[in-house]
Amino acid sequence: MSILFFLVALLFLWQGTYIVLVDWLGIYKCYAFPSPLGVGQKLVELWHRGTLGQIIGNSLLRGLQGYLVAIVIGVLLGVLLYRSKYLQKNLRPLILGVQTLPSVCWVPFSILWFGLSEHAILFVVIMGSSFGIAIGVDQAMQHVAPIHKKVAYTMGANQWQLYTKVIFHAALPEFVMVLKQGWSFAWRSLMAGEVMTTSIGLGQTLVTGRDLADINQVALVMLLIIGIGVCIDQCFFTVVENHLLRTRGLLPEKKRGRVVVYTKRVLRWGYGLVGGFAKSFS
Amino acid sequence: MALEFRNVGKKFENSNRYTLKDMNITIEDGEFVCIVGESGCGKSTLLNLAAGLERPSEGGIYLDGKAITGPGADRTVMFQEHGLYPWLTVEENVKFGMQLQKVDKKEQEERAAKYLKMVHLQGYEKYRIHQLSGGMRQRVALARALTMDSKILLMDEPFSALDKQTSNRLREELETIWLKTKKTVLFITHSVEEAVYLGDRVIVLSSTYKGVRDIVPIELPRPREVYDEAFVEYRHRLLREVKSGMPA
Repeated sequence: MSILFFLVALLFLWQGTYIVLVDWLGIYKCYAFPSPLGVGQKLVELWHRGTLGQIIGNSLLRGLQGYLVAIVIGVLLGVLLYRSKYLQKNLRPLILGVQTLPSVCWVPFSILWFGLSEHAILFVVIMGSSFGIAIGVDQAMQHVAPIHKKVAYTMGANQWQLYTKVIFHAALPEFVMVLKQGWSFAWRSLMAGEVMTTSIGLGQTLVTGRDLADINQVALVMLLIIGIGVCIDQCFFTVVENHLLRTRGLLPEKKRGRVVVYTKRVLRWGYGLVGGFAKSFS
Repeated sequence: MALEFRNVGKKFENSNRYTLKDMNITIEDGEFVCIVGESGCGKSTLLNLAAGLERPSEGGIYLDGKAITGPGADRTVMFQEHGLYPWLTVEENVKFGMQLQKVDKKEQEERAAKYLKMVHLQGYEKYRIHQLSGGMRQRVALARALTMDSKILLMDEPFSALDKQTSNRLREELETIWLKTKKTVLFITHSVEEAVYLGDRVIVLSSTYKGVRDIVPIELPRPREVYDEAFVEYRHRLLREVKSGMPA
């Protein structure tokens, strides 16, 4: 709850700064400084025009497509790295090297290959996130405690059982963390791709905002990108991750909400009071 | 005979020193054999060899006359770390080995219930491992080992990470269970007291010449009493031997 108050306070501060700097002192022109009200108006405008859903939907769908392909590639590559000492020694450093390349650097290459198309964007997303996932998957499997594997071996596990019944489960919390990180890579790469091409989406709306010198539109799209990123992180990945950690005793049990605790306390108190009265009358 | 070490020697990679040398040990069916020795004398290596987790550099290890070439379900191992899986409940952990062996579902239920009762953990089936105490965790590990119904139980200091009270209690329970099931047990420990309490025979390993220093049959009636004069005598004798096996 406290973060909500903080954000609202921040909005007021922002609007206040706008009023002082633009309206009173005139240091900035109104097209050079965004304001919460302006951004809000823009949001409503896009909503009424009916394009907001399309913009967000397009971006999300594209991101999801690229991300899913990246997961498949990343997991396969990660397992290969884990299985093969040769690849571990020779291919892994290469992948780490490629991973240091910011995803926006893939855009020119991608455009030369695919033209200004959907495929170009997907390619950037896949390149931007699959290598990170591969490295993470390999690392997660390396982190499985040796005792877990030893126990399975001594109970007669074969290779298939070792992977499906032990390594996969033992590495699962870290896998989720890797996938979460992979999503944030994918989302960033998506924006890099969309900014450079012309398919309808958040990135393209951002660039249109620049072309129209509409700073409120630019700010709005930036906020939407942040908001959607945080929302997916918090509503999906963090929930799954916390659940996994909790069942393994690596996070404290969920605290009951304050409302529940207070209600129970009041009920108990009331019950005691009624009981007391009843006793004194009998 | 159940388990046999024939002229076993073990050198680790990148080392020309023997960790174990000229080991000749025979463990009979239904026997409880304890192995004691200073740390570094190779007792854990001995157990890993029997488990098939390590390969001998020389000689061979045989179970019922068949050479051991790798880990297998005919020998169950219990480690110092419980090695239970935190993503499974107590019951699922106990059934884990049977699932790997594709034991019939009904049989799984029966065996799990039977051995959980034997280690006094009925009522804890749905608990997660982090909700149990250290002693309870080792009990679950013991129950899991017992459900495998293997010929021999290999135990690598299973109680040494526990406090004294708990480990004393667990060794009493282990003895009771052993008397009931008549399994063959190879038990590694650094505690001479534990060895005299549990063992039919105690094998002393020497860290100076990397082999068997002495084999002492413990001829005391069970259950044994630690303050008994004969018990104390055995203890002193074994302690002396363990110490004199150390490099000066």
